[in-house]
Amino acid sequence: MIALLIRDMRLAVRAGGGFGLGLAFFLIVVVLVPFGVGPETAVLTRIAPGILWVAALLAALLSLDRIYALDFEDGSLALLATSPLPLEGVSLIKALAHFITTGLPLTLAAPALGFLLNLAPPAYGYLLLSLLLGTPALSVIGTFGAALTVGLKRGGLLLSLLVLPLYVPTLIFGAEAVRRGGEGLDASTPLLMLAGITAGTIALLPFATAAALRINLR
Amino acid sequence: MLQVTDLHCARGGVPVIADLSFDVPAGTALILRGPNGIGKTTLLRTLAGLQPALSGSASFPEGEAAYASHTDGVKTALTVTENLTFWAEVHGNSVAADIFDAFDLADLQHRTAGTLSAGQKRRLGLARLGVIGRKVLFLDEPTVSLDAFSVKLFAAWLRDTHLAAGGVAVIATHIDLGLDAPALDLTPYKAKPDASGGSDEAFL
Repeated sequence: MIALLIRDMRLAVRAGGGFGLGLAFFLIVVVLVPFGVGPETAVLTRIAPGILWVAALLAALLSLDRIYALDFEDGSLALLATSPLPLEGVSLIKALAHFITTGLPLTLAAPALGFLLNLAPPAYGYLLLSLLLGTPALSVIGTFGAALTVGLKRGGLLLSLLVLPLYVPTLIFGAEAVRRGGEGLDASTPLLMLAGITAGTIALLPFATAAALRINLR
Repeated sequence: MLQVTDLHCARGGVPVIADLSFDVPAGTALILRGPNGIGKTTLLRTLAGLQPALSGSASFPEGEAAYASHTDGVKTALTVTENLTFWAEVHGNSVAADIFDAFDLADLQHRTAGTLSAGQKRRLGLARLGVIGRKVLFLDEPTVSLDAFSVKLFAAWLRDTHLAAGGVAVIATHIDLGLDAPALDLTPYKAKPDASGGSDEAFL
């Protein structure tokens, strides 16, 4: 399992499109928003939590189709399926690798981008915490979507359509936690819900992912 | 070591092989023959557990099967050694130094797999079989894009290392590997066009 994690990390770093692409996309979306809505700081402060979360979500979406598509094309997926690793474990490791290469850098970069959107000062801690709690769910759900669409031509587009609606609860509670944090309200309820969603998806979705892979490998 | 009894398999919902039975004792190989589309790949994928059989059974020691297909499972961004180490570690083994010589990869150890030729990549894919330590090999066209020398090298590894250690291999191939192994022509086992049971009931 650890060998698989190391391999996936190595591939993400060497083949490009891992760390850099998602981060650059995140940056560009966040920078574009003030151009679109104008430079009024009061407006930006109000929409900052939502924009940051939506941008992070779209950035996480970018690299999803690579999770299984490359392994499927070069035959590694069939070989992994016949290896001693359970496919459930493979999916969990793939999600973890996606989180480390996408979710974690996004989380760490978010405060800097929050500054660009004039995010309220007390919200920074909540932004960091909510992304840290929420992005693992994005990776696990995305891995499931990637398994459903593996082997399809141009599956990336379908993948976005399948996965984005499933991201809605994470988005709602994530942005809500940052908003409440920024206004000095108690944000523990949305944070707990966010943590609950993440824990639930990690516990359940790898089984669905493995089942989808088995069907697609036939 | 490998017993197949009354096996029926289907590809894409269409039955292709019916009533197939054979027995491969330890230390021997079986060569699958037959025209394109007869079901060699389907049979190998079914035996390897990648798709379910319609009926019948294949028995071999649990956790000893390995599959090698037309694609090599080689990651082009990793070096030859990293590719092999990965597959060895996944199977809980380590890479023995002599595997590089057995597949003529010694000079390529630190090359990125993306810079290898098709034949060299194939050799790397086959070398994977040497590091995973599985006893039952299902090989689908293992010699595609190999030159005559590499075919001999592979056949020698199969005979002197794998089969000599009590392993078995079922190999679908169109060329003569030079192995002293019985051949099985799948043509008589072709499923009848009206054979039933091919539809995937889970989706009905």
